[in-house]
Amino acid sequence: MKFTADHEWVEIEDGVATVGVTNYAQEQLGDVVFVELPEVGRSIAKGEAVGVVESVKVASDIFAPLSGQVAEINLVLTGDPSLVNTDPQSRAWFFKVKLSDPAELNALLDADTYRKLIA
Amino acid sequence: MTERHATKNDNLLRTPLYATHLAAGARMVEFAGYRMPVQYKLGVLREHLHCRAEAGLFDVSHMGQAELAGPDFETVARALETLVPADMLGLASGHQRYTQLLTGDGGIIDDLMVARPPPEGGMLSMVVNAARKQKDYAHIAARLPAGVTLKPRDDLALIALQGPAAEAVLSRLAGAATGMEFMQVARLDIGGVTATVSRSGYTGEDGFEISVPAGEALLLWRLLATDKRVAPIGLGARDSLRLEAGLCLYGADISTTTTPVEAGLGWSIQRRRREEGGFPGAATIQREFAHGALKKRVGILPDGPAPIRPGTALFESEAAPKAAGYVTSGSLGPSLGRPVAMAYVAAPFAANGTRLVAEVRGKRLPVVTAPMPFVLAHFKRQRVS
Repeated sequence: MKFTADHEWVEIEDGVATVGVTNYAQEQLGDVVFVELPEVGRSIAKGEAVGVVESVKVASDIFAPLSGQVAEINLVLTGDPSLVNTDPQSRAWFFKVKLSDPAELNALLDADTYRKLIA
Repeated sequence: MTERHATKNDNLLRTPLYATHLAAGARMVEFAGYRMPVQYKLGVLREHLHCRAEAGLFDVSHMGQAELAGPDFETVARALETLVPADMLGLASGHQRYTQLLTGDGGIIDDLMVARPPPEGGMLSMVVNAARKQKDYAHIAARLPAGVTLKPRDDLALIALQGPAAEAVLSRLAGAATGMEFMQVARLDIGGVTATVSRSGYTGEDGFEISVPAGEALLLWRLLATDKRVAPIGLGARDSLRLEAGLCLYGADISTTTTPVEAGLGWSIQRRRREEGGFPGAATIQREFAHGALKKRVGILPDGPAPIRPGTALFESEAAPKAAGYVTSGSLGPSLGRPVAMAYVAAPFAANGTRLVAEVRGKRLPVVTAPMPFVLAHFKRQRVS
């Protein structure tokens, strides 16, 4: 699992990245009450705001960690946004993106680097 | 309650309960120059629901408490009536009223509670918003006649106990609490602590606001917090509770650019004052009572699940180019399980049930204007039969 400075995690398998927010991010957000995801098929560019995660008080953007095309979104999550709090780095995945520029993977953070960032 | 600690990482003020909040696992944030608990271990959603189901305990010692003193009640009440539109002369001893400090245009400088504490009833006490207290005190002090003085009471703390179990919890320590009605004020002995108690709050629930010397705050907090029905509640749930209750937040839903009539607070201006005027902005406010305000505060219920946040523009239709209003408060209403919001809309769109659209992240989402409060208020009122 890789990470971004925007507190997202990325799991790569066969050129497809699964994306979610980190446990640290959900702790900072508090109770998540709403999630908005990009449409399947949409082309997204690295750094673009493609979704939203909202706690009672705050709305935060979800940024595309990598460029590509949205292959799948987690409809279980839109039905039960509290999954972000209870299982952020597994069942609460947000979307899957078919990568268009594998070179972007080099910019992701490994677990140790991310741990130091939030320490 | 004001005590500056410049020693640590920040220059923020702390209430006498600061260490208690940390020990209870609170997440602390900056609010109005204070370091305050935004949530405890339960989290905003469960704190909100707990307060509606049982009882919540709030440290609101950051709010400004002050006294207005003079030779006699009538002189003090007349002095305050030159600054606010409520009937202060008609305030009975042992009661309080909600009112606003107004600008010459009828804009709201701050909203406040004014009490006439018993038994003397010779002076008035007030509770103002934390972020506005210095401005309020300067504004009031500069306009008082000779012989009437404003005394900030930074030596006092303020604790709110709110929720359906509030009366049962407080009456175990102070039996006389049971006999109090909504907006009554009394001096009570609470387990050995002498307190000024009002039956009021900012949640839409029955409850009490309890003013005590700062040195007694910790003892009072512990007396109340040890009751199994009581959970501490942070500023996060305080905001969602007051939003569901349709209560205004100063700086969001009311400001110097809104009048009490526009804000739907006309009920707080009693008939004698409406007729006589004699308060700042009276000409504007009397005109609005007679002919209607140009914009009005309304409740907003979105059709969908997306919260509608402050600053969101509202439109008459999908295609309308010009906004009909704007949202001033909005979040999930935890008790309703759906988003709720407050907004100002131009008068023609203010009727309940008006269909509008809210522009959220480039999309226009359907909403409807709705009556407030969004949840039924549970105040303790005298039964009229």
